[in-house]
Amino acid sequence: MNLLKLILRNIFRHKLRALLTVLGIAIAVMAFGLIRTMIGAWYQGTEASAPDRIITRQAISFIFPLPLADKDQIARVPGVKEVTYLNWFGGVYKDKNNFFARMACDPESFADIYPEYQLKPDELAAFKKERNACIVGKKLADQYHFKIGDVIPLAGDIFPGQWEFVVRGIYTGRDRSTDESSMYFHWDYLNERVTKSSPGRANQVGWYVVKINNPTEAATVSEKIDAMFKNSDSETKTETEKAFASGFISMSSAIISGLQIISYVIIGIIFLVLANTMIMTARERIREYAVLKTLGFTGQHIALLVFGESLSIALIGGIIGIALIFPISAGFAKAMAQFFSYLVVEPSTIIIATVLTIMVGLVAGFFPAMRSMRMKIVDGLRQIG
Amino acid sequence: MKIPLSYSFRNLWTRRLTTSLTIVGLALVVFVFAAILMLANGLERTMVATGSDENAIVLRKSAESEALSSVGLDESDILATQPEVALGADGKPFVTKEIVTMINLSKRGADASDLSNVIVRGVSPAGLALRPQVAIVEGRMFNFGSSEIIVSKGIQKQYDGVELGGSIKFGGRSWKIVGLFDAGKTAFASELWTDNDQIRQAFNRQGFSVMIFRLKDKEAFNTIKSKIEADPRLNDLKVLREKDFYAAESELLATFIRILGLMVTIIFSFGAMIGAMITMYAAVANRTVEIGTLRALGFKRRSVLAAFLFESLFLALIGGVAGLLIASLMQFISVSTTNFTTFSEIAFSFSLSPSIIITTLIFAAVMGFVGGFLPSFRAARLNIISALRSS
Amino acid sequence: MADAIVQVKNVTKTYKRDTIQIPVLQSLSLDVPEGEFLALMGPSGSGKTTLLNLIAGIDRPTGGEILVQNTNIAKLGESALATWRSQHIGFVFQFYNLLPVLTAFENVELPLLLTKLNKKQRKEHVETALNVVGLADRMKHYPKQLSGGQEQRVAIARAIVTDPTLIVADEPTGDLDKKSAEEILNLMQQLNEEYKKTIVMVTHDPHAAERAHKVRHLEKGELL
Repeated sequence: MNLLKLILRNIFRHKLRALLTVLGIAIAVMAFGLIRTMIGAWYQGTEASAPDRIITRQAISFIFPLPLADKDQIARVPGVKEVTYLNWFGGVYKDKNNFFARMACDPESFADIYPEYQLKPDELAAFKKERNACIVGKKLADQYHFKIGDVIPLAGDIFPGQWEFVVRGIYTGRDRSTDESSMYFHWDYLNERVTKSSPGRANQVGWYVVKINNPTEAATVSEKIDAMFKNSDSETKTETEKAFASGFISMSSAIISGLQIISYVIIGIIFLVLANTMIMTARERIREYAVLKTLGFTGQHIALLVFGESLSIALIGGIIGIALIFPISAGFAKAMAQFFSYLVVEPSTIIIATVLTIMVGLVAGFFPAMRSMRMKIVDGLRQIG
Repeated sequence: MKIPLSYSFRNLWTRRLTTSLTIVGLALVVFVFAAILMLANGLERTMVATGSDENAIVLRKSAESEALSSVGLDESDILATQPEVALGADGKPFVTKEIVTMINLSKRGADASDLSNVIVRGVSPAGLALRPQVAIVEGRMFNFGSSEIIVSKGIQKQYDGVELGGSIKFGGRSWKIVGLFDAGKTAFASELWTDNDQIRQAFNRQGFSVMIFRLKDKEAFNTIKSKIEADPRLNDLKVLREKDFYAAESELLATFIRILGLMVTIIFSFGAMIGAMITMYAAVANRTVEIGTLRALGFKRRSVLAAFLFESLFLALIGGVAGLLIASLMQFISVSTTNFTTFSEIAFSFSLSPSIIITTLIFAAVMGFVGGFLPSFRAARLNIISALRSS
Repeated sequence: MADAIVQVKNVTKTYKRDTIQIPVLQSLSLDVPEGEFLALMGPSGSGKTTLLNLIAGIDRPTGGEILVQNTNIAKLGESALATWRSQHIGFVFQFYNLLPVLTAFENVELPLLLTKLNKKQRKEHVETALNVVGLADRMKHYPKQLSGGQEQRVAIARAIVTDPTLIVADEPTGDLDKKSAEEILNLMQQLNEEYKKTIVMVTHDPHAAERAHKVRHLEKGELL
């Protein structure tokens, strides 16, 4: 017998109340983790960025295209190693709920500038060779069961018409943060059709991805590129890949803030549920605590019992809640499939959830612990509890 | 014989601390629930207010947003002469041919490098008249033919560098801000307006982005829609009722908010119900002797059930009203975020409506009922003897 | 003659309720020699339980001294008093006050957790104590599985397991039927005569008082 055993037995004295408290905490911790994971989806881009890549896009907004002709000029800027370009294709794969990134690229330079997308050599060769070939990320392939040789039909919106692409490669990410849920096909193929159907929109790219020789020169090279196109018809804004990705975060800053506020509210709710239970519990045990004091246990011992109970309940609920974050995130990603392709639960989320659970366990137990600790033995003995 | 309500009230008051904590928890959940409903409603209101049933908008078929659309000079000329287009007070077609583009502005109080995309709309002389929701409130309308511009009051309040009397630089020239306009709760409240000819010169554009016109009558829309689809000179364009277009533009964002809100609220409500259950079970456990006494005195089981259920509902409704009151304060907050479809700023606010109030209160009541039911049931089913004996 | 094991010297105890002072004990003095079985009787509000609580170190006097084995417990700090209690006092309550989540064994073991004894040693002490009270066969039972009399016996085992200087009992038979009460009183007499334990008992019950060596009456905070 020791204090820990006593604490655990006390927790389950009222099985129903313990169960409900743990459940309440578990649900709240799960919701907290879910929201953090959602916020993390916005930050995915910044984590996958490379320090030696800068993005050149139209100065006002990346939704405005840039002329292909700019490419050679950019390539000649000192400090630039190589230039590639991408167009956001958009379109719909069967159902508008099947959202994933679909982009047109130049396979040669793309493979050079994004070494973290790993393809088998024969797959890369096949991709480069066929005009309407495409490559898809492994996560995407798993999600939609794409195999080499499958045809992916897309209904274009930005570029109207029916499009078909043949899967010739499935790429894997070299790093943990590398995206594996996008689809890439030939820019030339896109441009060919656009030239025929709406020639005014031909030979335009969405944005340029520029690989520079030295990451420390990112700012100077960016300025040089932008200076080149200043006062032209297509002024550019060049920034590091990370800054570019951060731009998307600040676009939705209001929503992200809202989500963060909700996550704090959740913490408040966890605290209230647990504090409520601890107050009731401590109130019922007053006489028992008085008896323990009679036996010679000190106020500190009593406080330990109360804190111990509070922490234990919090941790049990927290662990269950954390375990539940995974399935709920997956379910959420499904429900919001037109916005997120997938949601990754970051280790930082789990750590923060754990720390917060512990803190709430301590704070919720504080008031009852102090009260029980300071209570006079004779007053406590008088209580009916 | 019914157990008097004062019994329930007094009991809640006696265990004030626990009762307050439960109410606060419920209030928080209700607050989140109401706030999300209000946000989605606010966005919808903005969209609904933005478009008029009497106007139609023409864009390129493939364009999801005005800024990415293009309507050629020829196409717009052909359309303007169609009989479905109403005539204005001057006897000319009631039409505005607009070039819609974007500039970068930085929010007040934000980092100078943290820029937002804001829409600049170059309009025809009829542009203001076609949108009765838009009215000049300070200064004057810009003069066509000069580099003058009017700014929405909402933009002036939220962003730096757009004061009345000042000027703003873009498109290679300086534009004098000569007036501020109020656009109510419409999307135009996030825009700057000027002469479309000036914009065309500054940005070296051919043609326009969109064309908006007043429909002659109710049937005109369907007629002109068929015409456009059939005519090879025009069938790369699409026409929509102005209202439907703006609703579609914000649909993605609205859907996001709605689904997100729904899922968050469902999760939250479980938490709140559990909180209510814990409190009510404790209440029952503490008053076991009392309940036994009441039953021994002759009160029926269902009276006991009703009394406890009432307590739970009462808790929930107080929490509900409190949460609703705080949520209603959100109406003073306006939200500006990037619309997913247009990638430009859209401002809207939390908008309370009678149906939201009713829905929220029902939600609170349901939480109270579900949370309180099982404990109340247990209270009612207590055996009189064992209840009286328990210490 | 040896000093009395308990020496209460001029003790006063006053309770404060808001601004009102309620005197419970007034300049009370009492000596309890070692090995004595003392019963304190008196009407409700006479202060007998208060006196008992003061001797047991679970309450502090407003004035005066209380010496137990020559230690003035009135002067000890909270922490020291707690330790002192664990070593010198065994308390028996009217309502037994066993922890419901612990077995009989574990309830008796509780006071020993404050000592430096290891698990095996504790086990020995507990079994001895339970044997004395005659409940060795119910070691693994929880309080709710025991009758009132059995619970009280476990409580007594808990009170003696640390071999305390003094056993203090507040209405130990108050909640028991006649038969169980008899058993408890027999046990207490046994503890006093066989094991030489000093016992101070508060009681209403004249049968209980009969078993004691000495009976003192209290009225309105004064020893008669």
